[in-house]
Amino acid sequence: MPHVANIAVSILFDGLAYAMFLFITSVGLSVTMGLMNFVNLAHGAFAMAGGYIVVTLTRTLGIDFVPSLIIASVLVGIISIPFERGLYRRLYKATDLEQVLLTIGLAFMAIATFTYFYGPIPKSVPLPTWLQGDINLGFRAFPSYRAFLIVLGVILIVVLWYVFERTNIGAKIRAAVDNRRMAESVGINVDRLFTLTFAVGSGLAALGGGLAIQLFGLTPYFAVLYLVLFLIVVAVGGLGSLKGTLLAALVLGVFDTAGKYLFADAGGFFIYAVTVVVLLIKPAGFYGRE
Amino acid sequence: MQIFRWVGAAALALAVGGMAQAETVKIGVVLSLSGANADLGHQIDKAFDLYVKLHANDIAPHKVELVKRDEGPPTGAQAKTVATELITNDKVQILAGFVFSPSAIALAPVVTQAKMPMIIANAGTAWITNLSPYIARLSFSMWHPAYPMGAYAFNTIGCKTAAVAYTDFPPGKDSTEAFVKGFEMAGGKVSMSIPLGSPVQVPDFTPFFQRIKDAHPDCMYVFIPSGAHATGVMKAYGELGMRKAGIKLIGPMDLVPDNKLQDMGDAAIGTIVMGHYAVDLDNPENKAFLAAWHKEYGADSYPDFMSAAGWDTMHAIFDTIKKLDGKMSDGAKVIDALKGWSADGPRGRVTIDPATRDVVQDEHAIEVIRRPDGKLGEKVLGTTKAVKDECKELKIGRCGS
Amino acid sequence: MAVSNTMTAPAKPAASREEAASFLIKRHRFRAAEALPWLIAIAVYFIFPDRMTFGSQVLVMIMFALSLDLILGYAGIVTLGHAAFFGIGAYTVGLGAAKLGWTEPVSGLFAAAIVAGLVGFMTGWFLLRYRGLTLLMLTLATAIMLQEAGNLRSDLSGGYDGLPGLTFDPLFGKFDYDLYGHTYYIYALVALAVVFYVVRRIVYSPFGAALTGIRENVRRMHAIGSPVHGRLVMVYTIAAAIAGIAGALFTQTNAYVTLTVFDFDNSAKVMVMLILGGTGRLYGAFLGAAVYMILEDHLSKLSPTFWQFGIGLLLVLAVLFARRGLMGLIEDAAKFVAKRRQS
Repeated sequence: MPHVANIAVSILFDGLAYAMFLFITSVGLSVTMGLMNFVNLAHGAFAMAGGYIVVTLTRTLGIDFVPSLIIASVLVGIISIPFERGLYRRLYKATDLEQVLLTIGLAFMAIATFTYFYGPIPKSVPLPTWLQGDINLGFRAFPSYRAFLIVLGVILIVVLWYVFERTNIGAKIRAAVDNRRMAESVGINVDRLFTLTFAVGSGLAALGGGLAIQLFGLTPYFAVLYLVLFLIVVAVGGLGSLKGTLLAALVLGVFDTAGKYLFADAGGFFIYAVTVVVLLIKPAGFYGRE
Repeated sequence: MQIFRWVGAAALALAVGGMAQAETVKIGVVLSLSGANADLGHQIDKAFDLYVKLHANDIAPHKVELVKRDEGPPTGAQAKTVATELITNDKVQILAGFVFSPSAIALAPVVTQAKMPMIIANAGTAWITNLSPYIARLSFSMWHPAYPMGAYAFNTIGCKTAAVAYTDFPPGKDSTEAFVKGFEMAGGKVSMSIPLGSPVQVPDFTPFFQRIKDAHPDCMYVFIPSGAHATGVMKAYGELGMRKAGIKLIGPMDLVPDNKLQDMGDAAIGTIVMGHYAVDLDNPENKAFLAAWHKEYGADSYPDFMSAAGWDTMHAIFDTIKKLDGKMSDGAKVIDALKGWSADGPRGRVTIDPATRDVVQDEHAIEVIRRPDGKLGEKVLGTTKAVKDECKELKIGRCGS
Repeated sequence: MAVSNTMTAPAKPAASREEAASFLIKRHRFRAAEALPWLIAIAVYFIFPDRMTFGSQVLVMIMFALSLDLILGYAGIVTLGHAAFFGIGAYTVGLGAAKLGWTEPVSGLFAAAIVAGLVGFMTGWFLLRYRGLTLLMLTLATAIMLQEAGNLRSDLSGGYDGLPGLTFDPLFGKFDYDLYGHTYYIYALVALAVVFYVVRRIVYSPFGAALTGIRENVRRMHAIGSPVHGRLVMVYTIAAAIAGIAGALFTQTNAYVTLTVFDFDNSAKVMVMLILGGTGRLYGAFLGAAVYMILEDHLSKLSPTFWQFGIGLLLVLAVLFARRGLMGLIEDAAKFVAKRRQS
């Protein structure tokens, strides 16, 4: 393959895989913040919890990687419900600052708790053989795991899009994001909608956490380490918007990869520079509401 | 009758006077026990505890008491506050630990003023030991493994060209500077030098490595902080098929930390690192060390080079206690006793260079192989004995002051 | 205050108007209770002479939190990049001492204030046109990019190993740094007192009232022709300058500075401290910073590995039971006592 084209393909492929991880983990945060106006800085803790559950399922219980991912997501989704009902619900009307304080407090507690049970040493997961190595498409080879990430991401996007745009529930969610009072007055049970979206969002975060182990390794500190990244994706995409989160994840993922490849010295800059540029021009993000 | 009583009393007085006064030596332990780098602190902490547990009787009738404090984030400020209070409030007689270089750097003026001996069990910036006459180091300087690796890569592994990739913070820069110096002095050529982002988050290494792959050097020298980064590097290296493309992976031993080796999979086989410790090192102290470690911490737990440094640190302290008969309150005497200290440990023979107070140790070229039992292991290809910190020997940059 | 049983219509409005007027006139006067934090700070010097190093760090944090209170508590600007100004102040003094031989401490504080204030002015001019999550991300990104820039020029900044072994002249030519940190504690306390006086004057001035107006109802402020943007930039500049002084003190008390002063963790921590203490009440900064740091220190001695759990629990409990921060609790207690005394 000609050199420049090769580089372009590498950047696009790696960027896409990274973007899928960003999307999967951040979409829950975006919908939660857009729908419930709730700043949930413990989102990373749910991702971290998902990762650790996958570790236990695969290493201690010997369950395969992909089923473990699914089980972990469902489990975390279910566990998040009492949090939402019991704790978060009390603070929907509270100020942003109070929500920040509460959720940071929860994140700290989560970090200490998981350190207690799992120790601070980074963990990894055993991957099935079909996810190791690479896939040879003739003109070049692509790492299997990243290809898997991309495929999984696309499937999730299609599923989420379908649910959002074509189902009743999706319509209700979009209505509640747009105008909560109107939605309530036409009889939509917004409270139950919140719980459902929160659970799904947390479950997706857990999925992202499980997928991230192979990319970044897993320590309890994961809960806050990548939080800034998720917040950036959400802000750049626009709160409560599926399209926005996807576009933001793609733009940021590809630019970050390109930056690190082409200008390794200043690679870290790119993701923040893009954030600043986008927000200066479109303060509410790509598809956010003003 | 009276005479016997007087003689008896005199005899008793003589006997008591001759007996050693049992001291409790307080050791201030400063390690990163929480936060993003808690795993590093704990590897050393476990080694400290294990040595104290197994060798408590060596210094009888004296005892040690470890007063442990969290080092805090790598800003140096918390380490300084915490260590200063260990000195002034807890009245420790010696400080040990220090995972991060900034912690040790921040503390240098304090230990000079307080005349407090300080042993570094990890922090690797080369010129730290120059900052105060009370600092001794038993871990390493970045130059220990990196400089010999340069010559070894060119002469023995056969790398004519090398690309260098490093996490963008002082240890990364130091390590690569050392490697480049050694490599170029031997005749090699460094084709590119790529910073790999900040040490805090493990980045996605793929874009960086892809670029190196496209440039086809013979070897790729990588420095990353030990831990989660190492696994990330190996995964990216494997996924991109770089070994198949003919690019050998080399680096300091941080690249294949023992407690993560098994997770690295086939991609790690063939990696050659230069290091002073590996779990598979074949010497009697290491065998005993490993057995004790597994017994105490479980079969799935492995020590690494930081644990080995921690073990030797405690060993040095214990030997000093014996030498000074428990009288550790004169900092200058303690440092003098430490200078020239030499013993066999899990790493082999380690010595504290009296001129620089830095460690002198053997560096082994180690290759990752698959053992007959199926697990990954390490094979020693060759050893350079008694390596000193070349940065100070050659007086490069800040090392020269 | 006479409690009248008869409800005579004209008397009531006049009385309440008088109350309101006297409240506004008198509220800037120093109350007796305000001496308390200062007395405590001085008492600490005598009661805990062996914790002065820690004490200086607490004072530095209080000043940092105070600077944040100006913009967060009074003007209602939420930012996640305040550590940038702390870092700028810290590095002004650090680079001054390391590269320019500028080792006089007090003038170093002024220099730090000016440089940090300048950067605050320039960034504030652009960024303060945005609010909410946008501003949060913009300020965060700016702080991180500053840190990355520092790493790029690590030949200047020393990178994450920083600028070691900084030495500063003895204060006013006489008082030198000592192992126990006594001198620097008093130095930091005096600096804090001066800064606090300035902040207090600002807050109770018409400018301060305008800030509160902007915080409470920015549309109305626009409607009455108040120069909102100008006022915001001005308070942001002042807050940046004060944060710069805090950073400068940090470098001086530690004789060392590294790039970690720009960390996001710093911005987040100071915000948490302030919210914990209570925003918009000046003394909330004192309470929040002191309580957080003392608790962190204490817990970390008890359990160097798991202390974060205790801090997290404190934050959760504070939100659930102390909605307006610890200051809110104190104010509620004071009101309760006052009511008791009346009845």
